[in-house]
Amino acid sequence: MKILVPVKRVVDYNVKVRVKKDETDVELDNVKMSMNPFDEIAVEEALRLKEKGVASEIIAVSIGLPEVQETIRNALAMGADSGIFVNCTSKLEPLSVAKILTSICNKIKPDLVIMGKQAIDDDMNATGQMLSAMLKWGQATFASKLEIQDKKIKVGREIDGGIENIEVNLPAIVTTDLRLNEPRYASLPNIMKAKRKPIDEIKVEDLNIDIEPRLDILKVEEPKSREAGIMVKSVDEMIEKLKNEAKVI
Amino acid sequence: MKTLVVVDHNNNKLEKSTLNTIKAAIELENVDLLVLSDSCKDICNELIHIKNINNIFINENDAFKNQLAEDTANFIAENFKDYTNILFSNTSNGKNVAPRLAGLLDTMIIPDVIEIVDKQTFKRPIYAGNAIATCKSKNKINIITIRSTAFEEAETSDENVGEVKEIGSLTTNNLTKYLNSELTKSERPELTSADIVVSGGRGLGSAENFQVLEKLADKLGAAMGASRAAVDAGYVPNDWQVGQTGKIVAPNLYIAVGISGAIQHLAGMKDSKVIIGINKDEEAPIFSISDYGLAEDLFKAVPEMESKLN
Ligand SMILES: Cc1cc2nc3c(=O)[nH]c(=O)nc-3n(C[C@H](O)[C@H](O)[C@H](O)COP(=O)(O)OP(=O)(O)OC[C@H]3O[C@@H](n4cnc5c(N)ncnc54)[C@H](O)[C@@H]3O)c2cc1C
Repeated sequence: MKILVPVKRVVDYNVKVRVKKDETDVELDNVKMSMNPFDEIAVEEALRLKEKGVASEIIAVSIGLPEVQETIRNALAMGADSGIFVNCTSKLEPLSVAKILTSICNKIKPDLVIMGKQAIDDDMNATGQMLSAMLKWGQATFASKLEIQDKKIKVGREIDGGIENIEVNLPAIVTTDLRLNEPRYASLPNIMKAKRKPIDEIKVEDLNIDIEPRLDILKVEEPKSREAGIMVKSVDEMIEKLKNEAKVI
Repeated sequence: MKTLVVVDHNNNKLEKSTLNTIKAAIELENVDLLVLSDSCKDICNELIHIKNINNIFINENDAFKNQLAEDTANFIAENFKDYTNILFSNTSNGKNVAPRLAGLLDTMIIPDVIEIVDKQTFKRPIYAGNAIATCKSKNKINIITIRSTAFEEAETSDENVGEVKEIGSLTTNNLTKYLNSELTKSERPELTSADIVVSGGRGLGSAENFQVLEKLADKLGAAMGASRAAVDAGYVPNDWQVGQTGKIVAPNLYIAVGISGAIQHLAGMKDSKVIIGINKDEEAPIFSISDYGLAEDLFKAVPEMESKLN
């Protein structure tokens, strides 16, 4: 079984991002970048399937500027077998990413795509669902449990009321939630080994896909800020404030 | 210009966030509603009281009971192509279906909208709410999910105002199959629409210790929430998680107990009207957004607070 894992390079989750003065975007210069945490979970899940003998090959793909190859290398260092780098200098929306991934899936024919449920930069939560629509495959979003049985996968999904279990025919798209697993760290020997693993380069122009954005970003601004209040000294004072000042209880 | 709101429900009852989504839709124009379920009647009985909507379209089919994204998205794509806007609530259902529909219709989804600036311009949070993007759409069809805490609820009338009409027919998908659900049972108010939320974090230390908080929540008639760390540790169920990648809440009162206040947590609760933080570390970031902070051990403060409230 072949698994494709799309990985995105994003601002590290520990960074407190700031809006640029000209309000065109957030500040991305000299900011620590990492693999989107949900994508790490996706890579980890693919690796576990390989270790169980269910999967035979794991391919990591990333789309963007040459820097995204670092993210592919991370996936290779974790244990993925090979990478695909789609060289693309324009800004991409999930719709375009899904189209590019559709074209890659048609070419390499994976049995399963495991990807993050959302990227922590644009918080879209969309690419997996769009990709499965375009491929006309089944989707299992927000997965916290995954089991492969023959030509099907059983997935536990995190929904608003608890957990929902569904069965999806392969090939399928799975998007990961936080509880699916805890991703491993790449060991030093594996980081060295990853340097020799192959990464195929594709130029986005060669795919002949319309990647023109459908949303113009007019402005990126600071959210309304919240002022810190006061520290109270005791539970009695807290209750008094809630009752008489805030009037919420 | 026509606007459709896809009604979120659990086959018996309306999901409250739908009322906020309808309110947002009314800012657009010409609002119709769509109910897909194995049994639409009770849901429609709630919907017919909502003001300023035109039609309530329904399709009753056993297959819709399980709300599979493949069925719902196909059905809407086939029957509502001529709409300008299709709105969903940003619930787990909406997040599952709306992007799939956008993929089918070749349109860029506009998720988690918090403000409608004009008919093609929308504001949405990015980077865990640390920035707000204003997006102008060039889509022919806008598929939008609405953050319910950013909009009021649609107004209702005592009279029946909506008209119910059947529409379309479903060809069921053979890609996915619903098996079962393990739903968290609770007598408490629903987390995303509660007036008061009591949330616990890693500081609680165990599932048993959460009972200390639950007593306080029950005294206040509050919903329970949690940080990711508390869910990951297995203290509480996943559907309690508040934050960037969990639920977004904005109650009148949010009580954060044993929660440090990571950006990802704040993203889910910083629009609450009043926030209180209880944490033994007086440097905890939660205090920087708390209206009232109490730097004390929670195992002392919470039972004391519970006993002093009446
Ligand atoms: C991709 C991604 C998505 C995420 N999404 C979310 C999300 O949606 N929601 C979310 O909450 N987090 C999310 N997180 C995790 C987030 O970064 C933090 O790790 C998490 O919120 C920390 O939870 P906590 O505050 O309970 O734990 P900690 O940060 O460990 O804080 C525990 C706090 O309890 C206090 N404490 C301990 N004992 C006591 C005591 N006896 N009395 C009083 N106080 C005490 C401590 O002083 C400390 O401040 C996400 C992270 C990532 C990477």
